[in-house]
Amino acid sequence: MDADIVDLVIVGAGPAGLAAACEARKWGVGVTLLDEQPATGGQIYRGVDSASANRRSVLGEDYAAGTELTSAFSRSGARHIADAAVWNVGSDLKVNYLHRGANRVLQARYIILASGAMERPFPIPGWTLPGVMGAGAAQILFKSAGALPNEPVVLAGCGPLLYLLASQYLEAGVTLKAVVHTTQPRDYLRASSHLAGALRGWRDLRKGVRMLGNLRRNHVPIYAGAEALAIQGTDRAEAICFSHKGQSHRIESSLVLLHQGVVPNTQLSWSLRAKHRWNDDQLCWVPETDEYGQIEETGIFIAGDSRGIVGAKASASQGRLAAIAIAGKLGRLRGEERVGHESTVRAQLQSQLHIRPFLDALYRPPAEHRIPPADPVIVCRCEEVTAGQIRKYAELGCQGPNQTKAFGRCGMGPCQGRLCGLTVTEIIAQTRGVRPDVVGYYRIRPPIKPVTLGELAG
Amino acid sequence: MHTKSIAQISPLFRSDSTPSSRSVTLRFDDRPITAPAGVSVAAALLLNGAEPFRTTPVTSAPRAPYCMMGVCFDCLVEIDGTPNRQACLTPIREGMVVRRQQGASALASQKEGEDHGR
Amino acid sequence: MQAEELIVVGGGVVGAAIAYGAARAGVYVTLLDQGDIAHRASRGNFGLAWVQGKGVGLPCYARWTRDAVKFLPALAKELFELTGVDVALSQPGGFWVGFNDAEMVAREEMLRKLNTTVGNIPYEMLDHTALKARLPAIGPAVAGGSYCPLDGHTNPLKLLHALHAGLTAHGARVVSGVDIAHVSYRGKSNDFEVKSASGQSWRAPRIVLAAGLGNKDLAAQVGLHAPVSPNRGQVLITERLKPFLDYPVNKVRQTNEGSVQLGYSVEDVGLNDGTTVSAIEWIARRAVATFPVLSNVRLVRAWGALRVMTPDGFPIYQESASCPGAFVATSHSGITLAGAHAYVIGPWMAGLGAPPDDLNEYAGERFLDPTRSFSNAH
Repeated sequence: MDADIVDLVIVGAGPAGLAAACEARKWGVGVTLLDEQPATGGQIYRGVDSASANRRSVLGEDYAAGTELTSAFSRSGARHIADAAVWNVGSDLKVNYLHRGANRVLQARYIILASGAMERPFPIPGWTLPGVMGAGAAQILFKSAGALPNEPVVLAGCGPLLYLLASQYLEAGVTLKAVVHTTQPRDYLRASSHLAGALRGWRDLRKGVRMLGNLRRNHVPIYAGAEALAIQGTDRAEAICFSHKGQSHRIESSLVLLHQGVVPNTQLSWSLRAKHRWNDDQLCWVPETDEYGQIEETGIFIAGDSRGIVGAKASASQGRLAAIAIAGKLGRLRGEERVGHESTVRAQLQSQLHIRPFLDALYRPPAEHRIPPADPVIVCRCEEVTAGQIRKYAELGCQGPNQTKAFGRCGMGPCQGRLCGLTVTEIIAQTRGVRPDVVGYYRIRPPIKPVTLGELAG
Repeated sequence: MHTKSIAQISPLFRSDSTPSSRSVTLRFDDRPITAPAGVSVAAALLLNGAEPFRTTPVTSAPRAPYCMMGVCFDCLVEIDGTPNRQACLTPIREGMVVRRQQGASALASQKEGEDHGR
Repeated sequence: MQAEELIVVGGGVVGAAIAYGAARAGVYVTLLDQGDIAHRASRGNFGLAWVQGKGVGLPCYARWTRDAVKFLPALAKELFELTGVDVALSQPGGFWVGFNDAEMVAREEMLRKLNTTVGNIPYEMLDHTALKARLPAIGPAVAGGSYCPLDGHTNPLKLLHALHAGLTAHGARVVSGVDIAHVSYRGKSNDFEVKSASGQSWRAPRIVLAAGLGNKDLAAQVGLHAPVSPNRGQVLITERLKPFLDYPVNKVRQTNEGSVQLGYSVEDVGLNDGTTVSAIEWIARRAVATFPVLSNVRLVRAWGALRVMTPDGFPIYQESASCPGAFVATSHSGITLAGAHAYVIGPWMAGLGAPPDDLNEYAGERFLDPTRSFSNAH
């Protein structure tokens, strides 16, 4: 099949991808943007174009502002291929994707990967039970389907999204049975060394303070500094247990929403064998790129949360910078015009990053919820491999996740390590007494999304 | 594993849609269910208390959606005869036939009882 | 530094089986293994325990293979009892499939010749109708096939895991994460020193080089010639399915977990273990042509593995003449031959058993003969 040649192929229709597309189009660069969803917006602005006024009001003005990007994109002249599952990106700059049952390929001159983030896994006892979901997942349910919890719901974990969702639920009239969060005095202490930056990002800080105030005014039971979270239940979630101020607590709920931050979606960057380093502030792998997001001299750029968690606005700025670099390489943006424009976007990015070290420090997920102390806790959801089994393989001499995978199948299921990878790296690191950088990560291979043999056969 | 029927447990989620918005009827394990037009199969099933969506191939453990964005692969169901489809990435259509998936998926011909060399 | 009895360099399925066999025979073995990102041909292995078609041009190898698979049931049972790991061995016979008459004719000729020369390698040629009676899911594009009752398959990762656990259970020592760079013979004391890149060292009177692609350099350091080179095979694996295929086919097998493994390419691309879209699509086409029911089945992962190939595709098993006590072992059929490696090669290299029949045929010097040319197409 002939490959169409495109100046710039963008993978992902979240803020980074949309902003990159709009920027590139400004300079006359041909753009094709691929995304898995039927409409643009990624996860953060999911459903924004079709959201009712009521839904937009519940979700708040930051969400509603997403229409600026989605409408700018639809006016930009970029080609949008929706419902496209990208299953391979090659170093030859070919992008293979599945679209409505057909296996297709695009040949790009440049590529921007903007796959965004996913919720960090939360491997605690009972986390695989029906009725346990991510807080982000529940938010997507509202954004995409207007679905709200039927009964009083418990939110547990840490991170801005937890409080944001709690606020949104209050706005929508949902009863919150409890918010159980794990932030401790030592987290505030650690974060205080980044207060200067936080104050420079005072608008973000103010938002957070307001959300917490809102919860208190509505008398939502808040358990602060909780530890040892666990979900109880046989065939479904029945209760969440935790310890708080030295006491054990059990709160009954058939819906428990867990969240402890988001992590970069790195399947594509790993599959390209880009170098990644372990970021100990964000406790995740981050692909190494230059200041525009390019992986070495490959012509492949990464922008947005999939390059390290930076948030929606900074993701958009990174998308713009990558597009500026590409427009420059294609000769569409030169000299002083480029320099001036680029420095404006860089300054915006800088200000959007002020709050980040503070948030990373304050909402650092506790080790016991990243590295299960109890052996029977499932780490690999797909293959049901437990923390105890991973530890045993490491003790048998497995140096890293590829060996534990060969011995125990963890990482071999359909999710291909997305929900277990970070946990497995950290368990092996802890068992061996070395840094996660030394342990490494799974070897990620195509297809990045499942594709049938019939679709491949053509 | 004993699965409580829809009648005994209320759905975990309810819809914010108004009576005037369009709804779609589909089938889940031979039962008709309705949900607002345009939502995903996962949302439709959650709005109708259909969990678990599947039981796992390894231990037959019950599972339901976890991430709602296509990365966890826990929402796998059979849709219109094709198994192992991610319910959170598939929009509902009128008359769609969805079935709970027990363990590993079966090939289409296995369900018709064909033998392939056993 | 410690005095060992036997050092095995390389913890892949060849090294691990040899080390297991030696440890089982009572020798104190130290197995030195690379880390998580080693080339690891063993992790790419298709899992076939295959007899049919082996040994064209070297009848003793056909015999060696035929006899080797007979050891597998005992090895599997023993490993299960010792370690609790079930290697999922199944030997119901296996099929090769052909897509046109020319292939079928060539196949029949080859198998007939092998059976005449070597004997006791039974086979059946089946036309499309006869094949369909045995494998009802076979597609209309398949012209026919050959069946050999001696063929089978196993889970190669479980086998590797079981061998490692088995070695340890027999008192062997496994040292992981070491990259062996130097091997030297200390003639006076009749022993060998094995040194890692990071400076650790071990000594023993006997060493076995089973380091896959690393054997080329290491063998030369003890007077052995092992001109191995990488040959890439790309393999696909599908989502788990309920059992539908009990017989392994040469390029399609259903694993004990239910996933279907599909193969494979044969490529000369150096140390590149990546995948290519063209090979993935080709393997998928072949799979769907073989079993059309697989059309709706999802591919979960594709990978490339580097087979360790000698110029003629046959093993090298040899003791060094200039450095007696140093051995080299290389074979790209580490699964099929695992039992022979454990029960014959291991004890022989440890000094406790007889060498394999026709040992001289497996010497590395055969590749230095200017009058011979080699092809490893299998």
